[in-house]
Amino acid sequence: MEYVRAFIVGGLICVIGQILIDKTALTPARILVIFVTSGVILGALGIYEPLVEYAGAGATIPLPGFGNTLAKGVIKAVKSDGILGAFIGGVQAAAGGIAAAVFFGYLIALIFDPKTKR
Amino acid sequence: MDAIKQKQDQEYQQYVYKKMPKSNLFKNCMLAFLVGGAICTVGQIVLNIGKNYYNMNQERAAIFTSIVMIFLGAVLTGIGVYDDIGKIGGAGSIVPITGFSNSIVSPAMEFKREGYVLGVGAKMFVVAGPVLVYGIGTSVLIGLIYHFFIK
Repeated sequence: MEYVRAFIVGGLICVIGQILIDKTALTPARILVIFVTSGVILGALGIYEPLVEYAGAGATIPLPGFGNTLAKGVIKAVKSDGILGAFIGGVQAAAGGIAAAVFFGYLIALIFDPKTKR
Repeated sequence: MDAIKQKQDQEYQQYVYKKMPKSNLFKNCMLAFLVGGAICTVGQIVLNIGKNYYNMNQERAAIFTSIVMIFLGAVLTGIGVYDDIGKIGGAGSIVPITGFSNSIVSPAMEFKREGYVLGVGAKMFVVAGPVLVYGIGTSVLIGLIYHFFIK
């Protein structure tokens, strides 16, 4: 059941993105920015976390989940460190993902070349 | 003969015009749903591996999952498979974190000939950069609002 919930919720979040791409002139880059920003706002309002509890990876793997991680981290850090936490918390919570993206992104780009058009 | 053919063409074009946009959106959404759902299900498997085999708590397992999925997205982009997934899945391949990874590796490979600093190093953030700017920027703003007005 866990896997079914992850599939359905993750799939539905992607459908929202597909509708935005097909029905508006938004580019994929803008969609990603909108999704991350909405994730931060929904996370801060406490709306996204119930979805994470329900769907697990179905809510954390889509980009709003990344935004939710930033929001959760920043609020937790402000509670413990005050104003300093506003600058520490978000990146701290997302550090694993950011470092992995930088490291693996660079490494893989180094190893592989773009596939020539068939 | 020509008149019949012309009429047929016209009817066909009307038919296409009526059918195309609607069914395309539905088909694209179905494919996005299936591909996006499948990627998230893989994520759920990784999450459970983290929790059950490496005894991670929920938070650690989620970080572990992000790292593994970013790695998978990068490798699949490197070997050229992610582009094929993207052609089928549309937003289903863009919205998951593997798509974020794809958005880094793809331009980085493409611009390798411009060097390793301003080519790979700079172009890898063509899409990921804005995502981090708006994501982290909003999170700092939320932190400040929370500190001054809510806490």
